[in-house]
Amino acid sequence: MMPMRVVSGFALIVMLTLVSLVSDEAQAAIDVYEFETVEQEQRFRDLSNEFRCPMCQNANLTSSPGGVAADLRREIYRMIMEGQTDQEIEAFMLARYGDFILYRPRLTMQTLLLWFGPLLFLLIGIWVAFTIMRRSGTESPGSGESLNADEEARLKKLLAQKNQDASDQA
Amino acid sequence: MKNLKLYLPVIGFAVLAVFMWRGLYLDSRTLPSVLLDRPLPEFELRALETGDQLVSLEDLPDEPFILNIWGSYCLPCLQENPIFMAAREQGIIPIVGVNYKDTDDAAREWLDDNGNPFTLSIVDDTGRYGIDLGVYGAPETFIVDSQGVIRYKHIGVIDYQAWDDEIMPVIAAVQAEARS
Repeated sequence: MMPMRVVSGFALIVMLTLVSLVSDEAQAAIDVYEFETVEQEQRFRDLSNEFRCPMCQNANLTSSPGGVAADLRREIYRMIMEGQTDQEIEAFMLARYGDFILYRPRLTMQTLLLWFGPLLFLLIGIWVAFTIMRRSGTESPGSGESLNADEEARLKKLLAQKNQDASDQA
Repeated sequence: MKNLKLYLPVIGFAVLAVFMWRGLYLDSRTLPSVLLDRPLPEFELRALETGDQLVSLEDLPDEPFILNIWGSYCLPCLQENPIFMAAREQGIIPIVGVNYKDTDDAAREWLDDNGNPFTLSIVDDTGRYGIDLGVYGAPETFIVDSQGVIRYKHIGVIDYQAWDDEIMPVIAAVQAEARS
């Protein structure tokens, strides 16, 4: 029975994966819109992917089944068919839902850290790595942590004692 | 200089802590409305009361009023209805309803069952006006001043606490403005 169960577990995973793929397809196909050109359809897909659903927040308009996302897709369709540009459609969304609607935030004072934060951290990382490497490079043994006279004397004494012990045993 | 380096991790921690502390109190559900301090968008829609006759901005009150986005399917709307009913009975402020993505029959039935706090019920069955208002789901509530400018937006249910602490002060302010 055991191998059977393993197989069925695997089958379940495969099945769930397939179901999730299929349901993505199904969701995308809820709206039936007819386009005049392939380019229009492509723009519709791109724009629906580009905007974030205000209701579900962590999904774009394409993958959100819910009310307002469907309405916004309808608006995108209408504007594409009216011949509006992507910029005009984006402006429409921004005027109503604000920056939140954009998955790719605009570059403003508020989003400066968001855009360049990772670069900042990279620079800090490079600086830290550089300082560590430079320090370990320039500091030849003994130069940085040289012993003072007392320690030197103590070391000599210990070494002498060790040599003494060794010769005693021999 | 050497001492400063020693404190770098502490400083780093402090900076992170400040950001995260702030993050704890950021409510990602309620998006700031870009329509604040902008005029209410234009519309030409039916109203439940007018049948096929269209209403527009001109049919809205000249004084400050509340614009409430609601639907018969919306449970929180049921929850805030008694507050609006009381506001109407006490004559605090006119309330205009926008029946959002609903059917007329269901809306009428809901109002009959639960009481109608609205002086006018605009029908936005397609949700198109909702998009112009930046609405993403009922209930949402706007306070509009006597100039027709949106002065406040509340997202989600208005309970007694929200009414007393958030809504009433804004109403008092816009009404005082309108009188002066």
